[in-house]
This record gives sequence, C-alpha cells and structure tokens, in this order.
Amino acid sequence: MKPAPFRYADPRSVGEVLEVLAAEEGAKVLAGGQSLLPLLSMRLAAPAVLVDLNRVPGLDAVEVDGEGVRVGALVRHAGLLGDHDAARVQPLLARATANVAHPAIRNRGTTVGSIAHADPAGEMTSVLALTGGSVTVASPSGERAVGWRDLFVGPLETSLPGAAVVTSAFFPALPPRSGTAFAEVARRKGDYAVCGAGVVVTLDEDRRVAAVRASYMSVGLVPEVHDLTESVAGSPVEKADWAAAGALARTLVEPDGDLHASADYRRLLVGVLTERTLADAAAEAAAKVTGE
Amino acid sequence: MTSVDTERALRLTVNGVPREATVPVRRLLSDALRHDLGLTGTHVGCEHGVCGACTVLVDGEPVRSCLVLAVQVDGAAVTTVEGLVRDDGRGGQVLHPVQEAFRECHALQCGFCTPGFLVTIAAGLEGRDAAEEITEEEVDDLVGGNLCRCTGYANIKKAVRHAAATMRDAR
Repeated sequence: MKPAPFRYADPRSVGEVLEVLAAEEGAKVLAGGQSLLPLLSMRLAAPAVLVDLNRVPGLDAVEVDGEGVRVGALVRHAGLLGDHDAARVQPLLARATANVAHPAIRNRGTTVGSIAHADPAGEMTSVLALTGGSVTVASPSGERAVGWRDLFVGPLETSLPGAAVVTSAFFPALPPRSGTAFAEVARRKGDYAVCGAGVVVTLDEDRRVAAVRASYMSVGLVPEVHDLTESVAGSPVEKADWAAAGALARTLVEPDGDLHASADYRRLLVGVLTERTLADAAAEAAAKVTGE
Repeated sequence: MTSVDTERALRLTVNGVPREATVPVRRLLSDALRHDLGLTGTHVGCEHGVCGACTVLVDGEPVRSCLVLAVQVDGAAVTTVEGLVRDDGRGGQVLHPVQEAFRECHALQCGFCTPGFLVTIAAGLEGRDAAEEITEEEVDDLVGGNLCRCTGYANIKKAVRHAAATMRDAR
C-alpha cells in the first residue's frame, strides 16, 4: 500500500522544526524513516504532517570522550557501527548496531530515531537502558536531558510532548574491568529478534564478579535493565555459574507471546542468551583485568 | 517560515542524467523512479523494507527505495539497475561484472528480486578491496538483506564469488 496523504516540511534548523511541530496538529518527526515509512505504507500511522530532520545541519556528529558517546539525531546506524572511537569507549554500540536489520537499512536508519520510535524489539532502546543513557530533547521551552527510565512509556510510546524533538542520545562509557556481549535469535538474519540480550559484566580487582546487568529485546513492553549480580556475586570469574544467572533472568522477565514465538519460548531464550552472552562478556572483562 | 507542502518539484541525478519531476510529497522513491521517471528496472516487492527488491543507490549507498520519500532525495545522485551498465570505450555498453556473473551462473529464475540483488552486490563489491579474496561471510552479508523465492541462493552466492574474482582479475 501507499502512505495516506500528508503534508511535508524540511526545516533547516531545530528552531524551525519546533515551530512547525507547534503550529501543525498531528505532526510527526521523520529522520531515517526505516520504521516510520513501513508504518505509513501499511496505514498503521497517518500523521497529518511529516517534519523531516534530514536537512537540519549539525545533527550528524558522533562525539566521543572519556564520559561516553553522544550520538546526533541524524547519525545512521552504519555510521555508528563504523566508528571505532565510539566502539572503544562503549563497545555495546557497535555490537548492537551490527544486529540492526540489513546494511541497506543501516545506511538510512538513525540510532536516535530508533530510540525515539521506542520499539521494545529495537536494539538501541535496549542499549540506551543497559548503559544508563539519556536523550537530549529540544522543545519550545528549551533543551533538557531525559533519562531512559523517564523516556519509555509503552510500545512505540515515549513521554515526550508533541512539540519536542530528540536531538541526540548519550551512552555512558563502559566502566573499568567490564566486558560486554550482545546476541539475538531471529527467524532470518536481519529480522526483528524473537529475543535478544545485551549484557555487561564487571569484575573487581581480584577477578571476582562484582556486577552483572542484562537488558532484553522483544521481551516486555518497554526496555528494562535486570540486575543479575546476586546469582554470581563474588565468584571468581572462571568459576561463575552463568547458568544460575540465566535461571534468575528467566524468573525476572515477563515476555508476551505473539505470532513469532510463545511467551514460554521467549523465556527459554532469555535463559539461553543470558548464559551465553555472560560467558563471553566475562571472558572479555577477565582479559582486561589480567592485562592491568 | 518553513513551507509545509503537498507537492514538490525535484531535481536529482539518476544514473548520471539530471532529471526533474513534480511529485506529491507522499510519493515513495521507488514509485517516483517507476511512475514519474519511467525507470521500471527497480522492482517493488513488499513495500515495507523486508524484501530488498527495490534497493537502489543514493549517493553511492544501497537503500530501500520504498523506505525513502522522493522529496528526501532532492539534489541527490541515484543509481538504479539501469545505471549499472558501463561504456565499453567504443561507443557501446557492457554489463557490470555482477550482471555478467548472474548470467554466467544462472543466478536468477523469475527475475523479480534481481535488480535489488544486483545494485546491492555491485555497491558491496565496489566498496571492498578487490585484491582480497572474498570470504563466505562477506558473500552471506551481501545477499542476506534480499529475498529470493526461486533460486535458493546457491547460484546467487556463486555469482557473487564469480563477480568478485572477475573484479580481482580486472584490477
């Protein structure tokens, strides 16, 4: 099908974007469009006006420092995936973007747009949560930071008011002595994950497990971070019982069933992916502690 | 004040040729290429970004033309499957090595998905170091975003390896 008729504006500044959003009833921001265009074509969404960010200068930068990685609203997944500085400071960014759809989608789709779209199946919503990130929101009253917990309200729903646009997302740096891993199970490579997991393992100076956190895709209505530390806390990294962490994770999640997978199957996958990714993340963390 | 429009006049370069069209703003790039510019080589399959049949190059990068509005590529350079042929230096044209490889390896049956495969693989092979032997992982990555319902992919993958070898020899 084709999108229902709408009107279109392509402003040249964030201020003009906000003017159009404030002036027009039923306006929606368009960035990469890789989630929005399908919704329009399937007539699941029919905004009156599309406000295209693509001609606004200054939104396409990836800024990296010791604190973390700031990703502008027009940075494509492919750009973030290829940014080695960003990957060094927060390895989950490249690991997750590599799992976003296919290269042709990653060339166009934006990381920040994916977050503002708030799909619980999305990789980058989950990574924003897992890293404790935030977004910068511009609105007529000014700019403010919104933490991930306050951003996601429900599937495809954020707390942002109508005349607001996310101009960047900030992903804090990976803490010292930490490793990460990311894995998905999908019906076909590049499809939405039936279930996905991102994890961070942090060790203490004696190579004992100090903290374990996990976030999942396609599980629950909004991204959540689960603390799995208690199942393995204090274990020497080589002897940690990652299966116990997987078992704990299974009790914490509340997946729904749908056409693609039952709730029970998703719960099973949470356990399997947790165990698998934690072993990888722990090995990475252990290598860093040895190297210190 | 920013204008909010229902229709826009576009100028873009398609396969090296400057083109103009006036389109409703809801026109997808895939439809603009086919209906407004008469380039029916780009095929429209699922129309929601899953099948890859409509893939074209925008400023050299593969994108799904069904997931881009025509107004968004105003000023850009677009390459469709019609633009893959090359001058032979004697006033005629020759097929791109990927097109030759598809013919050689029987990498198509009904042909519906073929334009999307061709532009995706052509851009992928041109974007890599031709001197390096192509790995199976690279081959899988190049074909993984496009659906083919006829061939079972074996001959398409064979064609990718064949084209990569041709481009390696032609360096």
